[in-house]
Amino acid sequence: MSKFSMKERLEIPRQEMPTQNPEARRANFAEVTLGYTPELMLREAQRCLQCREPACVKGCPVGVKIPEFIAALCDEDLPRAVAEMKARNVMPAICGRVCPQETQCEALCILAKRGEPVAIGRLERYVGDYELEERVCPSSVRATPTGRRVAIVGSGPAGLTCAAALAGKGHDVTVFEALQSLGGVLGYGIPEFRLPKQVVQDEIDCLVQGLEIEVRLNTLIGRTFTVEELLEEEGYEAIFISSGAGLPNMVRIPGINLNGVMSANEFLTRVNLKKGYRFPEYDTPVKVGKKVAVIGAGNVAMDAARCALRLGTMRAQSNGGVPPEVHIVYRRSMDEVPARYEEFEHAREEGVHFNFLVNPVRIYGNERRAVSGMRVQRMELGEPDSSGRRRPLPIPGAEYDMDVDMVIMALGTRPNPLVFQDAARLERTKWGTVVADEETGKTTACPIWAGGDVVTGAATVISAMGAGQRAAASIDAYLGTGEW
Amino acid sequence: MYEIVYKETLSESNKLMVVIAPEVARKAKPGQFVIVRIDEQGERIPLTIADYDRDAGTVTLVFQEVGKSTMHMGTLTVGEGFRDLVGPLGHPTEIDELGTVVCIGGGVAIAAIYPIARGFKAAGNQVLSIIGARNRELLVWTERMEAISDELTVVTDDGSYGRRALVTEPLRELLEARAGEIAEVHAVGPAPMMKACVQTAQPFDIPVIVSLNTVMVDGTGMCGGCRVEIGGETRFVCVDGPSFDGHLVDWDMLMARQAFYREEEQYAVAHWQKECRLLAAKGEV
Repeated sequence: MSKFSMKERLEIPRQEMPTQNPEARRANFAEVTLGYTPELMLREAQRCLQCREPACVKGCPVGVKIPEFIAALCDEDLPRAVAEMKARNVMPAICGRVCPQETQCEALCILAKRGEPVAIGRLERYVGDYELEERVCPSSVRATPTGRRVAIVGSGPAGLTCAAALAGKGHDVTVFEALQSLGGVLGYGIPEFRLPKQVVQDEIDCLVQGLEIEVRLNTLIGRTFTVEELLEEEGYEAIFISSGAGLPNMVRIPGINLNGVMSANEFLTRVNLKKGYRFPEYDTPVKVGKKVAVIGAGNVAMDAARCALRLGTMRAQSNGGVPPEVHIVYRRSMDEVPARYEEFEHAREEGVHFNFLVNPVRIYGNERRAVSGMRVQRMELGEPDSSGRRRPLPIPGAEYDMDVDMVIMALGTRPNPLVFQDAARLERTKWGTVVADEETGKTTACPIWAGGDVVTGAATVISAMGAGQRAAASIDAYLGTGEW
Repeated sequence: MYEIVYKETLSESNKLMVVIAPEVARKAKPGQFVIVRIDEQGERIPLTIADYDRDAGTVTLVFQEVGKSTMHMGTLTVGEGFRDLVGPLGHPTEIDELGTVVCIGGGVAIAAIYPIARGFKAAGNQVLSIIGARNRELLVWTERMEAISDELTVVTDDGSYGRRALVTEPLRELLEARAGEIAEVHAVGPAPMMKACVQTAQPFDIPVIVSLNTVMVDGTGMCGGCRVEIGGETRFVCVDGPSFDGHLVDWDMLMARQAFYREEEQYAVAHWQKECRLLAAKGEV
């Protein structure tokens, strides 16, 4: 570690990560960012000043031991880096790719004050990818079995983190998943080019097998079993609900149910989970228009826009057609775009068009009840609203038509109420989220905990993992003492 | 894997399968459905639970080979199975003691009306059933329906079995003769048939409960692909349905949405048939 002086460290520029060029990547679903080479990794790791009181760690919802793992990288001791990482984060290859580091660890890095924080996320990804290749972590890291049974409802980031932490303590953990594969939003939501499904599967398999976690796919809690049945009939002593926010918000405007209008959830599920871009090799078809409007400007909107662009471009290349035009339609301005800057920038580089301060008011249909255009309203920003962002207000009389044949709604999601079937004890908010203590994840009903998007509404992978980790600690304490 | 323990060819295109799924069988009620997926490349296929045996832990699925996925399903044999099967999905049909109920099934959906009709019978109702199909070949479960119905009328479009009529004709006659007696009509079948049943019952002011079959991806409320308009409100068939008040359904929208992927469906069938021919030529099938 002492090979470099402070001055030398400060002189190393932040190392860029190689990416596929925009022209090439708009016609494939392969990963956009290619990861550091060993040389780039080492250069970047050497930038870390090894602060005595590292601020970066405070920015991490799961408290990854950042200076420690980077020090191990500087020593080129990868197994140690993996061990330091996995002590706090069981999914580094996933988090290294999708965490908003720029607003978390990297925002608090001392070097951020000089404009260029250590690229903690890229280094994390390097460690995660190394582990997927080499598997240096011991295959089973379970403590002595306690025989205590915990049910986890939903296998997204919150559920898997909670499952891993509890299994690590020796408890018998069962993960219930409604869909055909584990991962929740990691599988159905985030596209291949941002988070390869093989990475998701490998990282999750490693965790599930290593910790002997029981997996029950195709089991929809609320239908196949209710939460109360898990407690009363199936013999679980504690339940963690991490069923996410899977229900799409659909606006109530004329034309919303026309053919060619769909939720981002449907479009992304067809593309990602069902591999619709490989139809007919895979059975699920997915359509893409010649002129696509994606409503909203969050990460999901960027994902949908970039999937549409790729799908349309690939099809145009194979049949000699014209690549599609893809528009983001957002009612606020560029300054309020909620997506990560990197996703926004990638979308722009690839040729997605941005329409700011416009809001759809009506979707037109043709005689076959398919989308034939969209009426939009120009907006202007007024006073800040409850979210602190300036409220978009319609400019009277300023409406115009957009020529589109497909509309994808990416206006957020809310929790699926199915899980609450026959679980009246669980108090919920008017937004449909479940009420749970932020620190412990305890709901209003013993012994049920909850965390992740089902509590917060759609948020980030890592905040869900943090909630899973905190709930696991609380559940472990409860199983030990019996005190709620 | 969810193993197929029994398979029956009901007609050239209609097949029946009994599949091991104890957790689904334990909970299944009339009107509910499952989603199955054949293999890793497979799409998610919603199918009504035609019957269930809680003791044996099995569910019975009856399907018609109309697209690539159902054709592929039809090639599966006893001992093989589905990679995925989830359920029971949707709300069960509300079954109460109402007096007299008319139950109508069309084509392969006769197997879908069967558990509903049986449920009404078990609840102490007089069950008047009407089943129909394009021809004799496409009728299923005639005997089963007969066994649980107080009266059964069978019709075919071409008169090859039973009366030559559409299901709406005996329905109108029943309504005309016994309007005061009939509390509810339940209809499951192709959308045009259900729509016609609703129109037939309209003048009599009798509720018609229909079970809608739409495009679905996840079947758990996640995608909204199954959206329908019921009384002007958007509803998801998978979680709000599949049963709705037929008088409130926007039928034209439903049928337009059902047809959205028709081109891809035809392409997939052609692709599948080509692959089957290639395999057959190689002597692998």
